[in-house]
Amino acid sequence: MPYDVGSLMLLNQFLVLGAALFSIGVYGLLVRRNAVLVLLSVELMLNAVNINLIAFESALVTNAAVGQVFSIFVITVAAAEVGFGLAIILMIFRNRRSANVDELDLMRW
Amino acid sequence: MTGFITDVMANFWAGLGIKLALIAFIVPTSALVFGILEIKISAHMQDRIGPYFVGAWGWIQLMADGLKFFQKEDIVPTDADAPVFKLAPVLVLMSAMAIFVVIPWGPGLVFGDLELGVFYALALSSLATVGIIAAGWSSANKYSLIGGLRAAGQLIAYELPLVLSVVGPVILAGTMSLSGIVEAQVVFGVPYIVVQFIPFVVFMIAALAELSRLPFDMPIAESELVMGYFTEYTGFRFLFFFLAEYAAMFGMMLFAATLFLGGYWAPGIPESMMPFVGPVVLLTKAGLLVFVAIWFRWTWPRLREDQLQSLAWRWLIPIALLNIAVTATLKVIL
Amino acid sequence: MTVDAWIAEPVNWVFSIVAVVILFTAVRVVTSPNVVHAALYLVAALAGSAVMFLLLSAEFVALVLVLVYIGAVLVLFLFGIMITRAPTGFDEGLSNDRKLVSAAISLVLLGVLSWASLSAFGTDTVNTVGSPTATEILGDAILGRFVIPFEVVSFILLSALIGGITVARRDLTPLEEEERKAV
Repeated sequence: MPYDVGSLMLLNQFLVLGAALFSIGVYGLLVRRNAVLVLLSVELMLNAVNINLIAFESALVTNAAVGQVFSIFVITVAAAEVGFGLAIILMIFRNRRSANVDELDLMRW
Repeated sequence: MTGFITDVMANFWAGLGIKLALIAFIVPTSALVFGILEIKISAHMQDRIGPYFVGAWGWIQLMADGLKFFQKEDIVPTDADAPVFKLAPVLVLMSAMAIFVVIPWGPGLVFGDLELGVFYALALSSLATVGIIAAGWSSANKYSLIGGLRAAGQLIAYELPLVLSVVGPVILAGTMSLSGIVEAQVVFGVPYIVVQFIPFVVFMIAALAELSRLPFDMPIAESELVMGYFTEYTGFRFLFFFLAEYAAMFGMMLFAATLFLGGYWAPGIPESMMPFVGPVVLLTKAGLLVFVAIWFRWTWPRLREDQLQSLAWRWLIPIALLNIAVTATLKVIL
Repeated sequence: MTVDAWIAEPVNWVFSIVAVVILFTAVRVVTSPNVVHAALYLVAALAGSAVMFLLLSAEFVALVLVLVYIGAVLVLFLFGIMITRAPTGFDEGLSNDRKLVSAAISLVLLGVLSWASLSAFGTDTVNTVGSPTATEILGDAILGRFVIPFEVVSFILLSALIGGITVARRDLTPLEEEERKAV
C-alpha cells in the first residue's frame, strides 16, 4: 500500500459485520433442512468468529499474533469438524436415503 | 527512459494498471507459445511432423485455433446449470493467472513481492479444484461428472505432496518470499536442486498431477471419458480451459525453476546486465522443465485411480515429510 | 472519527464493497434453493472474508483460509453433496416452514450483538500498520506460547481423520463376505 492505513478503520465496522454474518448463520442453522446446508451455516458462523478475533487483535492486543494464532486454530478445528460431520451425513444418507434433518427423530419421545 | 518508467511505477494506480495488463498479456501468450511447442514436440517424439500448413513451420496454428474458438456458437446444454457452467472456466483461469504475480524475473523485477510468496502461489493454485468440480457437476453429463469426481480426489491427494515438498527450500532459505529464495540460492552457491533433489522429484510429480497431465490424466482420460470434466464446453469457454491448462503449466514450472533451479540467476553475469538477462535465464530454465513435462506425457501410460492415490498417500507424502525432518535437522546442526 | 473522515479513506471504500459482497453471498447461502449454489456462494463469502483479513494485515491467516477452507473443506463439501446425489435444479424441500420465527431470532441476535459492541467500543479505531504481520511472530507464538493448544489441535485432527474413515466405511454385503472368505 502506498500509505500507512493505521487508525483509519473503526473496530465496530468489523464487529458489526461479524455479528451480521453470525446471525445469518444462525438463521441458516434454524431454517435449513438438508444436513449439508446446516454444516454450511455453521461454517459461516465460524468465519464470523474469525473476523471478530482478528479485528480484536488489531485493536486491543499489544503482544502480537494472539488473535491470528487462535483463528488458525479455529480454522483447523472447523476443517476437522466438517470432515467428520460429512462422514456422519454420508452414513445417514446410506441408511435412510435422505439427508433431511427433520426426519432424524427416532430418539424423540 | 528508465527515469520515466520509475516515475510511472511510482504512481500507485498507473503501476497497478500496467502490472495487471502485463499479467493479462502473459497468460494467453505463454499458453500459445507452449501449446504450439507441445504440439510440435509431441509430433516429433511420435515420429511425425504435426501441423505445418499455417505459418512457416506451423507456428501460427494455435493462434488460428484461438480465433476459431472465438467465433464458435456459445452452446450451454439445456439441463446444465447455466450460472455455474459459465463460472467454472473463469475460476480455473483466475487461479492459473495468480501464480505469475509472485515470480521474480530479475532482481527487483516482481509484480508483487509478497513476503508469503510461496504460500500465496500454492493457496491460489488450489482454487482450480473448485472450478473443476463445478465444471464437472454443472455439465449434466455422466462423463463430466465422473471426470469431475476423479479430479477432486486426485487434486486433493496431490496438493499435500506439492505443499510439503516446497517446505524444504523454504527452510533452507529462511524466507517464503520468492525473490528472497533466489537470493538465498545465490548466497548458498549452488541451486537448491543439488541438495534437495528428492523434493524436486516429488514436486515435479505432484505438479504434473495437479495439472492433470499424463501420466495423471484420469480426470480427462481421453480414451475413456470423451474429455472428462470439460466435455460439454465449446467455443471460447473451452478456450479458457485450454489457456488455463498451459498457463498453469508454465506458472508451475516457473515456480519450480525459481525454487529449485536458481530462478533468474546464472553465474558470471555482470550486475548491470541482470535486468535484461535475468528473464531470459528464467525462461530457459522454465522451458527446460516444460520440455520435461511434455516428454513425460508421451513416455508413460496413464496411472489408474487407485495406483495414483496410493502413490500420493503412501509414497510421496511420507517421503516429503521425511525430507522436511532431515532438512530442518541438518539446517540447525550445520 | 467523523463520518466525512471515514468516507474519505479508500480503505473504507474497499471495506464497504467487500462487506456488501460478503453479506449478499451469505444471505444467498442460507436462502438458495439449490445445494451446490449454496456451497459456491459460501466460496465467495469466504473469499470476501479473506480480503477482510488482508485489510487487517493478517496475511498468513488469509492465505490459510484460502488454502484450507476454500481449497480443501469446500471441495470436501462439494464431493459430499455430489455423493448424496444433489439434483441439478431446484430442490423444494430445502427450507422448512419456520422462516419468520428464525428470521426474528436472528435479527434479535444481531441487535443484541451490535448494541453490545457499539456501546462497548464506540469509535475505537483499529491500529493496523501498512505492512502485513511477520510470519516469524506467528511462528514464535504457535511454537512458544501456544504449543499445547497446537498439539491438542493436531490430536483433534487425527481423531477426526480416524473417526471419519471408520464411520464412513462401507460394511461388506454378505455376498462380498463370501467372496472374501473364498479367496
